[in-house]
Amino acid sequence: MADAGYDDWLAAIADVAEQGSAARETQSRDGEGYYLACPDGHGSLPPRRSCPHCASDELTEESLAETGEIVTFTEVHVPAPSFADEAPYVTAIASFGPVRLTGVVRDVPRSDVELGMKVSPDVDVNATTGEQVLVFRPADE
Amino acid sequence: MNDVRIAGVGLTTFGRYPERTGRDLFAEAALAARDEAGISREDYDEVHYGNFMGELAEGQGHQGPVVAEAAGLDCPATRYESACASAGVAFRQAVQTIRGGGADVVLVGGMERMNNLGTSEVTRSLAIAADELFEVRAGVTFPGAYALMARAYFDEFGGDNEDLAHIAVKNHANAMTNEYAQFHREITVEDALESPVVADPLTLYDACPITDGASAVVLVSGDYADENGLDAPVRVAGSGQGGDKAALQDREYLAQTPAATKAAEMAYADAAISPDDVDVAEVHDCFTIAEVLALESLGFYEPGEGIGAAARGETTSDGDLPVNLSGGLKAKGHPVGATGTAQVVEMTKLLRGDHANSDAVPDARVGVTHNAGGTVASAVVHVLEVMN
Ligand SMILES: [Zn+2]
Repeated sequence: MADAGYDDWLAAIADVAEQGSAARETQSRDGEGYYLACPDGHGSLPPRRSCPHCASDELTEESLAETGEIVTFTEVHVPAPSFADEAPYVTAIASFGPVRLTGVVRDVPRSDVELGMKVSPDVDVNATTGEQVLVFRPADE
Repeated sequence: MNDVRIAGVGLTTFGRYPERTGRDLFAEAALAARDEAGISREDYDEVHYGNFMGELAEGQGHQGPVVAEAAGLDCPATRYESACASAGVAFRQAVQTIRGGGADVVLVGGMERMNNLGTSEVTRSLAIAADELFEVRAGVTFPGAYALMARAYFDEFGGDNEDLAHIAVKNHANAMTNEYAQFHREITVEDALESPVVADPLTLYDACPITDGASAVVLVSGDYADENGLDAPVRVAGSGQGGDKAALQDREYLAQTPAATKAAEMAYADAAISPDDVDVAEVHDCFTIAEVLALESLGFYEPGEGIGAAARGETTSDGDLPVNLSGGLKAKGHPVGATGTAQVVEMTKLLRGDHANSDAVPDARVGVTHNAGGTVASAVVHVLEVMN
Protein backbone atom coordinates (compact mmCIF):
# COMPACT_ATOMS: atom_id res chain seq x y z
CA MET A 1 0.00 0.00 0.00
CA ALA A 2 1.35 3.40 -0.96
CA ASP A 3 0.82 6.45 1.22
CA ALA A 4 1.44 9.56 -0.86
CA GLY A 5 3.32 12.26 1.01
CA TYR A 6 4.33 10.04 3.89
CA ASP A 7 6.30 7.63 1.69
CA ASP A 8 8.24 10.50 0.09
CA TRP A 9 9.01 11.91 3.51
CA LEU A 10 10.31 8.57 4.76
CA ALA A 11 12.37 8.09 1.58
CA ALA A 12 14.03 11.46 2.13
CA ILE A 13 15.09 10.45 5.64
CA ALA A 14 16.41 7.14 4.30
CA ASP A 15 18.48 8.96 1.66
CA VAL A 16 20.14 11.13 4.27
CA ALA A 17 21.34 8.08 6.11
CA GLU A 18 22.63 6.39 2.96
CA GLN A 19 24.55 9.40 1.70
CA GLY A 20 26.19 10.07 5.02
CA SER A 21 27.36 13.32 6.49
CA ALA A 22 29.23 14.47 3.36
CA ALA A 23 25.98 14.74 1.42
CA ARG A 24 24.30 16.61 4.25
CA GLU A 25 26.95 19.29 4.14
CA THR A 26 26.14 20.19 0.52
CA GLN A 27 23.02 22.03 1.75
CA SER A 28 21.13 20.53 -1.16
CA ARG A 29 17.40 20.05 -0.62
CA ASP A 30 17.56 16.77 -2.53
CA GLY A 31 17.97 13.71 -0.39
CA GLU A 32 17.48 15.47 2.93
CA GLY A 33 15.06 14.77 5.68
CA TYR A 34 12.48 17.54 5.89
CA TYR A 35 9.50 18.85 7.78
CA LEU A 36 6.80 21.30 6.79
CA ALA A 37 6.87 24.85 8.11
CA CYS A 38 4.32 27.65 7.95
CA PRO A 39 5.31 31.37 7.81
CA ASP A 40 4.96 31.54 11.61
CA GLY A 41 7.53 28.76 12.03
CA HIS A 42 5.17 26.00 13.20
CA GLY A 43 6.41 22.56 12.23
CA SER A 44 4.38 19.57 11.02
CA LEU A 45 4.79 16.38 9.02
CA PRO A 46 3.28 15.30 5.69
CA PRO A 47 0.80 14.59 4.26
CA ARG A 48 -0.49 18.01 5.27
CA ARG A 49 -2.39 20.77 3.46
CA SER A 50 -2.54 23.30 6.25
CA CYS A 51 -0.66 24.07 9.44
CA PRO A 52 -2.25 22.20 12.35
CA HIS A 53 -1.29 25.05 14.68
CA CYS A 54 -2.53 28.12 12.78
CA ALA A 55 -4.24 26.80 9.62
CA SER A 56 -1.89 28.60 7.23
CA ASP A 57 -1.80 26.85 3.85
CA GLU A 58 1.60 28.29 2.93
CA LEU A 59 3.66 25.25 3.87
CA THR A 60 7.25 24.88 2.73
CA GLU A 61 9.69 21.99 3.10
CA GLU A 62 12.50 22.78 5.50
CA SER A 63 15.56 20.71 6.41
CA LEU A 64 15.12 18.42 9.37
CA ALA A 65 17.89 18.73 11.97
CA GLU A 66 20.43 15.91 11.72
CA THR A 67 20.13 15.10 15.39
CA GLY A 68 17.30 15.17 17.85
CA GLU A 69 16.96 14.55 21.56
CA ILE A 70 14.91 11.80 23.19
CA VAL A 71 12.12 13.38 25.28
CA THR A 72 10.42 10.15 26.35
CA PHE A 73 10.67 6.44 25.60
CA THR A 74 9.32 3.03 26.56
CA GLU A 75 10.53 -0.52 26.20
CA VAL A 76 7.55 -2.47 24.88
CA HIS A 77 7.36 -6.07 26.13
CA VAL A 78 3.85 -6.91 24.86
CA PRO A 79 3.86 -6.06 21.15
CA ALA A 80 1.19 -5.84 18.50
CA PRO A 81 1.43 -8.69 15.92
CA SER A 82 3.29 -6.38 13.54
CA PHE A 83 6.17 -6.17 16.03
CA ALA A 84 6.08 -9.76 17.31
CA ASP A 85 9.68 -10.49 16.29
CA GLU A 86 10.98 -7.16 17.55
CA ALA A 87 9.89 -7.35 21.21
CA PRO A 88 11.21 -6.19 23.52
CA TYR A 89 11.96 -3.01 21.62
CA VAL A 90 12.31 0.64 22.57
CA THR A 91 10.02 3.25 21.02
CA ALA A 92 10.95 6.88 21.64
CA ILE A 93 9.73 10.36 20.88
CA ALA A 94 12.60 12.68 19.93
CA SER A 95 12.53 16.43 19.51
CA PHE A 96 14.04 17.94 16.36
CA GLY A 97 13.16 21.53 17.21
CA PRO A 98 9.99 22.53 15.37
CA VAL A 99 8.84 18.87 15.10
CA ARG A 100 9.04 15.71 17.15
CA LEU A 101 9.30 12.23 15.61
CA THR A 102 8.37 8.82 16.99
CA GLY A 103 10.68 5.92 16.14
CA VAL A 104 12.20 2.63 17.22
CA VAL A 105 15.60 2.97 18.88
CA ARG A 106 18.28 0.82 17.22
CA ASP A 107 22.00 0.10 17.75
CA VAL A 108 21.98 0.80 21.48
CA PRO A 109 21.14 -1.49 24.42
CA ARG A 110 18.02 -0.59 26.43
CA SER A 111 20.13 0.09 29.51
CA ASP A 112 21.95 2.86 27.65
CA VAL A 113 18.82 4.63 26.40
CA GLU A 114 18.10 7.74 28.44
CA LEU A 115 16.19 10.98 28.30
CA GLY A 116 18.16 13.70 26.56
CA MET A 117 20.10 11.20 24.45
CA LYS A 118 21.07 12.53 21.00
CA VAL A 119 19.80 10.47 18.07
CA SER A 120 19.69 10.59 14.28
CA PRO A 121 16.64 9.48 12.30
CA ASP A 122 16.96 6.68 9.77
CA VAL A 123 14.77 4.14 8.03
CA ASP A 124 15.18 0.45 8.64
CA VAL A 125 13.19 -2.76 8.13
CA ASN A 126 10.60 -4.06 10.59
CA ALA A 127 11.83 -7.61 11.26
CA THR A 128 8.27 -8.92 11.53
CA THR A 129 6.57 -7.35 8.54
CA GLY A 130 9.50 -6.50 6.27
CA GLU A 131 8.06 -2.99 5.96
CA GLN A 132 9.89 0.27 6.47
CA VAL A 133 10.11 1.66 9.97
CA LEU A 134 11.42 5.00 11.22
CA VAL A 135 14.30 4.34 13.61
CA PHE A 136 16.63 6.40 15.78
CA ARG A 137 20.34 5.60 16.01
CA PRO A 138 22.79 7.13 18.47
CA ALA A 139 24.15 10.35 16.95
CA ASP A 140 27.88 10.64 16.37
CA GLU A 141 29.14 13.14 18.90
CA MET B 1 -33.01 24.60 27.43
CA ASN B 2 -34.58 21.34 28.61
CA ASP B 3 -33.27 19.71 31.75
CA VAL B 4 -31.93 16.16 31.32
CA ARG B 5 -32.65 13.48 33.91
CA ILE B 6 -31.54 9.88 34.37
CA ALA B 7 -34.57 7.58 34.46
CA GLY B 8 -32.86 4.19 34.44
CA VAL B 9 -29.44 2.53 34.32
CA GLY B 10 -28.18 -0.95 33.48
CA LEU B 11 -24.93 -2.92 33.25
CA THR B 12 -23.76 -6.38 32.41
CA THR B 13 -21.32 -7.86 34.86
CA PHE B 14 -17.94 -7.01 33.35
CA GLY B 15 -15.62 -9.90 32.59
CA ARG B 16 -14.60 -12.49 30.03
CA TYR B 17 -17.44 -13.65 27.77
CA PRO B 18 -15.68 -14.69 24.57
CA GLU B 19 -18.73 -16.67 23.44
CA ARG B 20 -21.33 -13.93 23.91
CA THR B 21 -22.30 -11.71 20.99
CA GLY B 22 -22.13 -7.95 21.27
CA ARG B 23 -25.82 -7.62 20.61
CA ASP B 24 -26.59 -9.98 23.51
CA LEU B 25 -24.31 -8.08 25.87
CA PHE B 26 -25.95 -4.79 24.94
CA ALA B 27 -29.43 -6.25 25.23
CA GLU B 28 -28.77 -7.30 28.82
CA ALA B 29 -27.67 -3.82 29.87
CA ALA B 30 -30.33 -2.03 27.82
CA LEU B 31 -33.21 -4.16 29.11
CA ALA B 32 -32.05 -3.57 32.69
CA ALA B 33 -32.04 0.19 32.10
CA ARG B 34 -35.40 0.09 30.32
CA ASP B 35 -36.87 -2.01 33.11
CA GLU B 36 -35.73 0.49 35.72
CA ALA B 37 -37.12 3.43 33.72
CA GLY B 38 -40.46 1.76 33.05
CA ILE B 39 -41.08 3.83 29.93
CA SER B 40 -43.19 2.35 27.14
CA ARG B 41 -41.44 1.30 23.97
CA GLU B 42 -43.30 3.80 21.79
CA ASP B 43 -41.91 6.76 23.71
CA TYR B 44 -38.24 6.08 22.85
CA ASP B 45 -37.13 8.67 20.29
CA GLU B 46 -33.53 7.61 19.62
CA VAL B 47 -30.71 5.22 20.50
CA HIS B 48 -27.17 6.62 20.89
CA TYR B 49 -24.55 3.91 21.13
CA GLY B 50 -20.78 3.74 21.62
CA ASN B 51 -18.54 1.00 20.22
CA PHE B 52 -14.88 1.07 19.24
CA MET B 53 -13.70 -2.12 17.52
CA GLY B 54 -16.82 -3.95 16.39
CA GLU B 55 -15.53 -4.37 12.84
CA LEU B 56 -12.39 -6.08 14.12
CA ALA B 57 -14.01 -8.15 16.89
CA GLU B 58 -17.20 -9.27 15.16
CA GLY B 59 -16.96 -8.10 11.55
CA GLN B 60 -19.97 -5.96 12.34
CA GLY B 61 -20.25 -2.38 11.16
CA HIS B 62 -23.47 -0.32 11.27
CA GLN B 63 -24.17 -1.49 14.79
CA GLY B 64 -26.78 1.14 15.68
CA PRO B 65 -29.77 -0.68 14.18
CA VAL B 66 -28.43 -4.06 15.33
CA VAL B 67 -28.34 -3.06 19.00
CA ALA B 68 -31.55 -1.01 18.91
CA GLU B 69 -33.32 -4.15 17.74
CA ALA B 70 -31.60 -6.17 20.47
CA ALA B 71 -32.82 -3.61 23.01
CA GLY B 72 -36.38 -4.12 21.75
CA LEU B 73 -36.67 -0.65 20.29
CA ASP B 74 -37.92 0.61 16.95
CA CYS B 75 -36.39 4.07 16.51
CA PRO B 76 -33.41 5.77 14.84
CA ALA B 77 -30.10 4.49 16.20
CA THR B 78 -26.60 5.91 15.73
CA ARG B 79 -23.21 4.52 16.66
CA TYR B 80 -20.44 6.81 17.90
CA GLU B 81 -16.75 5.92 17.70
CA SER B 82 -14.18 7.91 19.68
CA ALA B 83 -11.96 5.06 20.88
CA CYS B 84 -12.33 4.60 24.66
CA ALA B 85 -14.52 7.71 24.82
CA SER B 86 -17.12 6.31 22.41
CA ALA B 87 -19.92 5.97 24.98
CA GLY B 88 -19.05 9.25 26.69
CA VAL B 89 -19.41 11.01 23.35
CA ALA B 90 -22.67 9.16 22.67
CA PHE B 91 -23.93 10.28 26.09
CA ARG B 92 -23.01 13.92 25.42
CA GLN B 93 -24.79 13.82 22.06
CA ALA B 94 -27.89 12.38 23.73
CA VAL B 95 -27.79 15.11 26.38
CA GLN B 96 -27.49 17.82 23.76
CA THR B 97 -30.31 16.34 21.69
CA ILE B 98 -32.70 16.38 24.66
CA ARG B 99 -31.56 19.83 25.74
CA GLY B 100 -32.24 21.15 22.26
CA GLY B 101 -35.73 19.71 22.19
CA GLY B 102 -34.92 17.07 19.59
CA ALA B 103 -36.00 14.16 21.80
CA ASP B 104 -37.66 13.44 25.15
CA VAL B 105 -36.52 9.86 25.70
CA VAL B 106 -33.15 8.47 24.57
CA LEU B 107 -31.51 5.14 25.28
CA VAL B 108 -27.76 5.71 25.39
CA GLY B 109 -25.07 3.15 26.06
CA GLY B 110 -22.14 1.22 24.72
CA MET B 111 -20.71 -2.24 24.24
CA GLU B 112 -17.38 -3.87 23.58
CA ARG B 113 -16.57 -7.49 22.88
CA MET B 114 -12.83 -8.15 23.12
CA ASN B 115 -11.98 -11.52 24.63
CA ASN B 116 -13.00 -13.48 21.52
CA LEU B 117 -9.74 -12.08 20.12
CA GLY B 118 -6.43 -13.19 21.66
CA THR B 119 -4.17 -10.79 23.57
CA SER B 120 -2.09 -10.16 20.46
CA GLU B 121 -5.10 -9.25 18.30
CA VAL B 122 -6.55 -7.11 21.10
CA THR B 123 -3.22 -5.28 21.31
CA ARG B 124 -3.38 -4.66 17.56
CA SER B 125 -7.01 -3.56 17.75
CA LEU B 126 -6.49 -1.14 20.64
CA ALA B 127 -3.47 0.37 18.90
CA ILE B 128 -5.66 1.68 16.07
CA ALA B 129 -6.76 4.45 18.43
CA ALA B 130 -3.24 5.86 17.98
CA ASP B 131 -1.95 7.63 14.85
CA GLU B 132 -1.43 4.87 12.30
CA LEU B 133 1.31 6.54 10.20
CA PHE B 134 3.38 8.15 12.93
CA GLU B 135 2.77 5.99 16.02
CA VAL B 136 1.51 2.49 15.20
CA ARG B 137 4.18 1.98 12.53
CA ALA B 138 6.81 2.96 15.11
CA GLY B 139 5.62 0.26 17.50
CA VAL B 140 3.37 2.36 19.75
CA THR B 141 0.86 0.13 21.54
CA PHE B 142 -1.91 1.37 23.83
CA PRO B 143 0.12 0.57 26.99
CA GLY B 144 3.23 1.89 25.22
CA ALA B 145 1.57 5.25 24.57
CA TYR B 146 0.67 5.67 28.25
CA ALA B 147 4.16 4.50 29.18
CA LEU B 148 5.55 7.36 27.06
CA MET B 149 3.32 9.75 29.02
CA ALA B 150 4.24 8.19 32.39
CA ARG B 151 7.98 8.53 31.79
CA ALA B 152 7.49 12.13 30.65
CA TYR B 153 5.45 12.78 33.83
CA PHE B 154 8.08 11.26 36.13
CA ASP B 155 10.75 13.34 34.39
CA GLU B 156 8.83 16.61 34.57
CA PHE B 157 7.14 16.33 37.97
CA GLY B 158 8.65 13.38 39.86
CA GLY B 159 6.75 10.42 41.27
CA ASP B 160 7.47 6.75 40.71
CA ASN B 161 6.04 3.27 40.24
CA GLU B 162 5.17 3.01 43.91
CA ASP B 163 2.86 6.03 43.62
CA LEU B 164 1.15 4.34 40.67
CA ALA B 165 0.90 1.06 42.59
CA HIS B 166 -1.16 2.79 45.29
CA ILE B 167 -3.72 3.71 42.62
CA ALA B 168 -4.03 0.08 41.52
CA VAL B 169 -4.34 -1.08 45.14
CA LYS B 170 -7.08 1.50 45.82
CA ASN B 171 -9.12 0.60 42.76
CA HIS B 172 -8.86 -3.14 43.38
CA ALA B 173 -10.04 -2.54 46.97
CA ASN B 174 -13.01 -0.51 45.75
CA ALA B 175 -14.07 -3.26 43.31
CA MET B 176 -14.32 -5.88 46.05
CA THR B 177 -17.95 -5.04 46.82
CA ASN B 178 -19.00 -4.15 43.26
CA GLU B 179 -20.87 -7.16 41.91
CA TYR B 180 -20.47 -5.85 38.35
CA ALA B 181 -16.66 -5.67 38.55
CA GLN B 182 -14.34 -8.00 36.63
CA PHE B 183 -11.92 -8.44 39.55
CA HIS B 184 -12.74 -9.21 43.16
CA ARG B 185 -9.18 -9.57 44.35
CA GLU B 186 -7.32 -7.28 46.69
CA ILE B 187 -3.72 -6.57 45.74
CA THR B 188 -0.79 -5.05 47.58
CA VAL B 189 1.74 -2.44 46.53
CA GLU B 190 4.31 -5.24 46.37
CA ASP B 191 2.09 -7.30 44.03
CA ALA B 192 1.84 -4.36 41.68
CA LEU B 193 5.54 -3.52 41.76
CA GLU B 194 6.51 -7.13 41.10
CA SER B 195 4.08 -7.72 38.21
CA PRO B 196 5.55 -8.22 34.72
CA VAL B 197 6.53 -5.21 32.64
CA VAL B 198 4.12 -4.48 29.78
CA ALA B 199 5.74 -1.30 28.49
CA ASP B 200 8.20 0.21 30.92
CA PRO B 201 7.70 1.98 33.28
CA LEU B 202 4.20 0.43 33.28
CA THR B 203 3.59 -3.10 34.55
CA LEU B 204 0.65 -5.47 34.29
CA TYR B 205 -1.00 -4.03 37.41
CA ASP B 206 -0.83 -0.52 36.00
CA ALA B 207 -3.09 -1.66 33.16
CA CYS B 208 -6.82 -2.26 32.93
CA PRO B 209 -7.84 -5.79 31.89
CA ILE B 210 -9.34 -6.94 28.59
CA THR B 211 -13.08 -6.82 29.21
CA ASP B 212 -16.37 -7.77 27.57
CA GLY B 213 -19.41 -5.85 28.69
CA ALA B 214 -22.12 -3.29 28.06
CA SER B 215 -23.78 -0.37 29.78
CA ALA B 216 -26.97 1.60 29.19
CA VAL B 217 -28.76 4.68 30.51
CA VAL B 218 -32.26 5.99 29.83
CA LEU B 219 -32.21 9.78 29.56
CA VAL B 220 -35.41 11.83 29.62
CA SER B 221 -36.27 15.51 29.50
CA GLY B 222 -37.28 17.11 32.79
CA ASP B 223 -40.72 17.82 31.34
CA TYR B 224 -41.22 14.20 30.35
CA ALA B 225 -40.12 13.02 33.80
CA ASP B 226 -42.52 15.40 35.54
CA GLU B 227 -45.48 14.73 33.25
CA ASN B 228 -45.09 10.98 33.69
CA GLY B 229 -44.29 11.04 37.38
CA LEU B 230 -40.94 9.29 36.88
CA ASP B 231 -38.61 8.59 39.75
CA ALA B 232 -35.50 10.19 38.24
CA PRO B 233 -33.60 11.87 41.08
CA VAL B 234 -30.31 12.44 39.26
CA ARG B 235 -29.93 15.15 36.61
CA VAL B 236 -27.17 15.81 34.11
CA ALA B 237 -26.08 19.25 35.25
CA GLY B 238 -23.05 19.76 33.04
CA SER B 239 -21.45 18.42 29.88
CA GLY B 240 -18.12 19.21 28.23
CA GLN B 241 -15.84 17.83 25.54
CA GLY B 242 -12.29 18.60 24.49
CA GLY B 243 -9.90 17.47 21.77
CA ASP B 244 -6.17 17.32 21.11
CA LYS B 245 -3.82 16.27 18.32
CA ALA B 246 -4.01 12.54 17.57
CA ALA B 247 -0.30 11.73 17.95
CA LEU B 248 1.60 12.36 21.18
CA GLN B 249 4.54 13.74 19.18
CA ASP B 250 2.37 16.59 17.92
CA ARG B 251 1.07 17.65 21.36
CA GLU B 252 2.15 20.68 23.32
CA TYR B 253 2.23 18.55 26.49
CA LEU B 254 3.35 14.95 27.03
CA ALA B 255 2.54 14.89 30.75
CA GLN B 256 -0.75 16.82 30.81
CA THR B 257 -4.10 16.25 29.12
CA PRO B 258 -5.49 19.63 28.02
CA ALA B 259 -8.40 17.99 26.16
CA ALA B 260 -9.74 16.79 29.50
CA THR B 261 -8.96 20.12 31.15
CA LYS B 262 -11.06 21.86 28.51
CA ALA B 263 -13.87 19.31 28.86
CA ALA B 264 -13.88 19.78 32.64
CA GLU B 265 -13.91 23.56 32.46
CA MET B 266 -16.80 23.40 29.99
CA ALA B 267 -18.78 20.96 32.15
CA TYR B 268 -18.18 22.93 35.36
CA ALA B 269 -19.27 26.18 33.71
CA ASP B 270 -22.33 24.42 32.32
CA ALA B 271 -23.25 23.16 35.80
CA ALA B 272 -22.22 26.42 37.48
CA ILE B 273 -19.92 24.63 39.91
CA SER B 274 -16.21 24.57 40.71
CA PRO B 275 -13.97 21.55 41.36
CA ASP B 276 -14.41 22.20 45.11
CA ASP B 277 -18.11 21.34 44.80
CA VAL B 278 -17.42 17.78 43.58
CA ASP B 279 -18.08 15.06 46.17
CA VAL B 280 -17.10 11.95 44.21
CA ALA B 281 -15.52 11.13 40.82
CA GLU B 282 -15.32 8.26 38.34
CA VAL B 283 -12.28 8.83 36.10
CA HIS B 284 -10.76 7.07 33.11
CA ASP B 285 -7.93 5.00 34.66
CA CYS B 286 -7.18 2.75 31.67
CA PHE B 287 -3.67 2.92 33.16
CA THR B 288 -2.77 4.14 36.64
CA ILE B 289 -0.97 7.18 35.22
CA ALA B 290 -4.23 8.11 33.44
CA GLU B 291 -5.97 8.55 36.82
CA VAL B 292 -3.25 11.00 37.82
CA LEU B 293 -3.63 13.01 34.61
CA ALA B 294 -7.42 12.97 35.07
CA LEU B 295 -7.29 14.32 38.64
CA GLU B 296 -5.11 17.18 37.47
CA SER B 297 -7.25 18.01 34.43
CA LEU B 298 -10.40 17.95 36.59
CA GLY B 299 -8.86 20.67 38.74
CA PHE B 300 -8.59 18.61 41.91
CA TYR B 301 -4.79 18.93 41.84
CA GLU B 302 -2.25 21.18 40.19
CA PRO B 303 -0.15 19.54 37.45
CA GLY B 304 2.46 17.37 39.15
CA GLU B 305 0.57 17.01 42.45
CA GLY B 306 -1.96 14.31 41.59
CA ILE B 307 0.58 11.49 41.52
CA GLY B 308 0.63 11.05 45.30
CA ALA B 309 -3.14 11.40 45.91
CA ALA B 310 -3.87 7.70 46.37
CA ALA B 311 -0.72 7.08 48.44
CA ARG B 312 -1.72 9.97 50.73
CA GLY B 313 -5.20 8.49 51.14
CA GLU B 314 -6.98 11.49 49.63
CA THR B 315 -8.75 9.57 46.86
CA THR B 316 -9.36 6.30 48.71
CA SER B 317 -12.88 5.34 49.78
CA ASP B 318 -12.34 7.04 53.16
CA GLY B 319 -10.51 10.05 51.67
CA ASP B 320 -11.77 13.58 51.10
CA LEU B 321 -12.55 12.90 47.45
CA PRO B 322 -13.18 9.22 46.71
CA VAL B 323 -12.16 8.42 43.13
CA ASN B 324 -13.29 5.32 41.26
CA LEU B 325 -15.41 3.78 43.99
CA SER B 326 -16.62 1.38 41.30
CA GLY B 327 -13.11 -0.06 41.03
CA GLY B 328 -12.39 2.07 37.98
CA LEU B 329 -11.35 0.71 34.63
CA LYS B 330 -8.45 -0.94 36.45
CA ALA B 331 -10.52 -3.38 38.50
CA LYS B 332 -14.12 -2.98 37.34
CA GLY B 333 -12.88 -3.57 33.79
CA HIS B 334 -12.76 -1.60 30.54
CA PRO B 335 -15.03 -2.78 27.74
CA VAL B 336 -13.75 0.13 25.68
CA GLY B 337 -16.85 1.41 23.93
CA ALA B 338 -19.06 0.82 26.99
CA THR B 339 -16.93 2.59 29.57
CA GLY B 340 -18.26 6.15 29.27
CA THR B 341 -21.84 5.22 30.09
CA ALA B 342 -20.72 2.56 32.59
CA GLN B 343 -19.18 5.42 34.58
CA VAL B 344 -22.52 7.25 34.43
CA VAL B 345 -24.32 4.11 35.66
CA GLU B 346 -21.94 3.74 38.62
CA MET B 347 -22.14 7.46 39.47
CA THR B 348 -25.93 7.50 39.27
CA LYS B 349 -26.10 4.65 41.77
CA LEU B 350 -23.51 6.27 44.05
CA LEU B 351 -25.57 9.48 44.12
CA ARG B 352 -28.94 7.69 44.51
CA GLY B 353 -27.52 5.70 47.40
CA ASP B 354 -28.06 2.24 45.92
CA HIS B 355 -24.45 1.47 44.94
CA ALA B 356 -22.50 -1.13 46.90
CA ASN B 357 -20.09 1.67 47.86
CA SER B 358 -22.64 4.44 48.49
CA ASP B 359 -21.87 4.28 52.19
CA ALA B 360 -18.47 5.84 51.43
CA VAL B 361 -20.23 9.00 50.22
CA PRO B 362 -23.55 9.18 52.13
CA ASP B 363 -24.00 12.92 51.63
CA ALA B 364 -22.72 13.17 48.07
CA ARG B 365 -24.73 15.56 45.89
CA VAL B 366 -22.36 16.24 42.97
CA GLY B 367 -20.45 13.62 41.00
CA VAL B 368 -18.17 13.91 37.99
CA THR B 369 -17.42 11.37 35.25
CA HIS B 370 -14.30 11.66 33.07
CA ASN B 371 -14.02 9.52 29.93
CA ALA B 372 -10.98 9.69 27.62
CA GLY B 373 -10.25 8.39 24.12
CA GLY B 374 -6.83 7.16 22.99
CA THR B 375 -4.11 9.12 24.78
CA VAL B 376 -6.75 11.75 25.58
CA ALA B 377 -7.05 13.15 22.10
CA SER B 378 -10.76 12.96 22.96
CA ALA B 379 -12.18 13.70 26.40
CA VAL B 380 -15.70 13.99 27.77
CA VAL B 381 -16.66 15.19 31.25
CA HIS B 382 -20.12 15.16 32.82
CA VAL B 383 -21.46 16.58 36.07
CA LEU B 384 -24.31 14.66 37.70
CA GLU B 385 -26.36 16.16 40.53
CA VAL B 386 -28.91 14.79 42.95
CA MET B 387 -32.12 16.80 42.82
CA ASN B 388 -33.77 18.07 45.99
ZN1 LIG C 1 1.33 27.65 11.64
